[in-house]
Amino acid sequence: MAGMTPTPKGNGTGYRSLVGPLLLPTWVVIGIFLVLPVALMAVYSFLTKEFRGGVIWDFTLAAYDQFFLNRGLFGDEPPTLEWTYITIFWRSIWQAALATLICLIVGFPTAWFIATRPPKARAIWLFLVTIPYWVNLLIRTVSLKFLIRENGPLNESLMSIGLITDPLPLVNTNLAVQLGLFYSYLPFMVLPIYAAVERYNFALSEAAADLYASRWVTLREIVLPVVKPGIIAGCILVFVPSLGAFLAPDLLGGAKTFMIGSLIDEQFRGSQGNWPFGAAAAMILMTLVLIVLMIYARAQTKGEAR
Amino acid sequence: MKGVRHYPGFLPMAVACLIILYAPLIVVMIYSFNGSTSITTWGGFSWRWYADVFTGPEAPRFKAAAWNSITIAVLAATTATAIAVAASLAMIRGGRFRGKSATFALINLPLMVPEIVVAVACLIFFTTIGLTTGYLTILIAHITFCIPFAYLPIAARLQGIEDTYEQAARDLYASRAQAFRLILLPLMMPGILSGFLLAFIISLDDFIITNFVKGAGMETLPTAIFGSVKQGIKPNIMAISTMMLAVSVIFVTLSYLVNRIGQRTRA
Repeated sequence: MAGMTPTPKGNGTGYRSLVGPLLLPTWVVIGIFLVLPVALMAVYSFLTKEFRGGVIWDFTLAAYDQFFLNRGLFGDEPPTLEWTYITIFWRSIWQAALATLICLIVGFPTAWFIATRPPKARAIWLFLVTIPYWVNLLIRTVSLKFLIRENGPLNESLMSIGLITDPLPLVNTNLAVQLGLFYSYLPFMVLPIYAAVERYNFALSEAAADLYASRWVTLREIVLPVVKPGIIAGCILVFVPSLGAFLAPDLLGGAKTFMIGSLIDEQFRGSQGNWPFGAAAAMILMTLVLIVLMIYARAQTKGEAR
Repeated sequence: MKGVRHYPGFLPMAVACLIILYAPLIVVMIYSFNGSTSITTWGGFSWRWYADVFTGPEAPRFKAAAWNSITIAVLAATTATAIAVAASLAMIRGGRFRGKSATFALINLPLMVPEIVVAVACLIFFTTIGLTTGYLTILIAHITFCIPFAYLPIAARLQGIEDTYEQAARDLYASRAQAFRLILLPLMMPGILSGFLLAFIISLDDFIITNFVKGAGMETLPTAIFGSVKQGIKPNIMAISTMMLAVSVIFVTLSYLVNRIGQRTRA
């Protein structure tokens, strides 16, 4: 394999003329069952809500109005900015950003450590980090809740060694949600950074050391800029799912830790729901994610241009 | 030169990372063998909660949910893999064509849109076209979001296979179908298997989208577990969790072995 340059041009293998038929299933399935539904969701966000859950086909800005503006109890006061939903979004962004940062702080050293092991040990470490990624997220979140609950094993063992006298009230706090997000998406941070560090040319570090740079200066000035694409990819992979997370805030959090995912979910539950409002909130979430992805794409093309 | 690779504190961080990832799973695994009915006190080793899963009062519900989960995962992963194989042939072997980057974006779209948004969009779509929610809607949604997961390993594998093998076959008067079936398909097999396994696990794992489109009365394992957990974490849930954990570990091991065989045959 080494030194072999893949030349999959496909000339003469006869697939050129088949491009259309081969791609048709992909276009049809993703087009009809993802692109069309998202477009329909956009339309729904401009419809009027029906009280039994559902919509009336009258176009209105009511959903966005409800999201951003407060017109008083009877809707006749001059509009002021409505903070309820903006606060929920802001909290979600903050929680997701914090989870990303903590994942980075734990994930980078881990990825570096794994990538600098001898090949055999590396394979074992990588295998161990990958397993949780394959385990059902619901089961992992439930397990975490079991571990940190008031009379759970964590509190019991901390109390038995005398570190604390009363159980820590972890469940239903921001800290628990934070821990849940961190725990859910940590492998997403480790794997891309590992891939970047594995390709890193350690001769660069040696050159820096020869020129009397300390370890940490080398890390900051040489290593970090080189492995930056892996770090950014890891951050995106953690931030985006954290932002719309549902399980961690729902199972580990309480009313005070309400996040976007729960807000949207609530709009589609039973007769209390408000479908256009839920669709509008989902549209705003999707816009936020697209902005993040576009910044990422621009940073990448810039990096390639250099 | 070990010096430049070593950073003090990185080893403890890596160990901490593993402890954080595994502690909750191991604790639940241990407590699933707890003989006591209380989840807080240890009542000796016992298989009773495993027996409870298969014969207890909730057994029919879990059995139905497990059957739905497994059949949906098999059907969704198979369909998504077939679609992904066709797409990867066009994307990797089809040369340049108009709309190639748009198609690439389309394939990856399910990865970029947040899950809850996909869930809402699917629910609205299925309701609008009047498709009563249930098995079929879950299956369709799962096929859609499994496509990129199946595509990535298959395309990566195909990228590494030189077209000289097929050209040799074609020069020796093999038809295009024969060259595909006898030469390219066997070479692609490790990628196809990893793609299938990944799609299978992703389908089995899904909660949010399934929960939105399933409708009343229809359950998969994650939604059934979620329903039970809402009333508190019972020992039988821990037994189910441990069994699902075991299934996941078997699958990772399988995909790891498939990949290793794949790397050996690539040279």
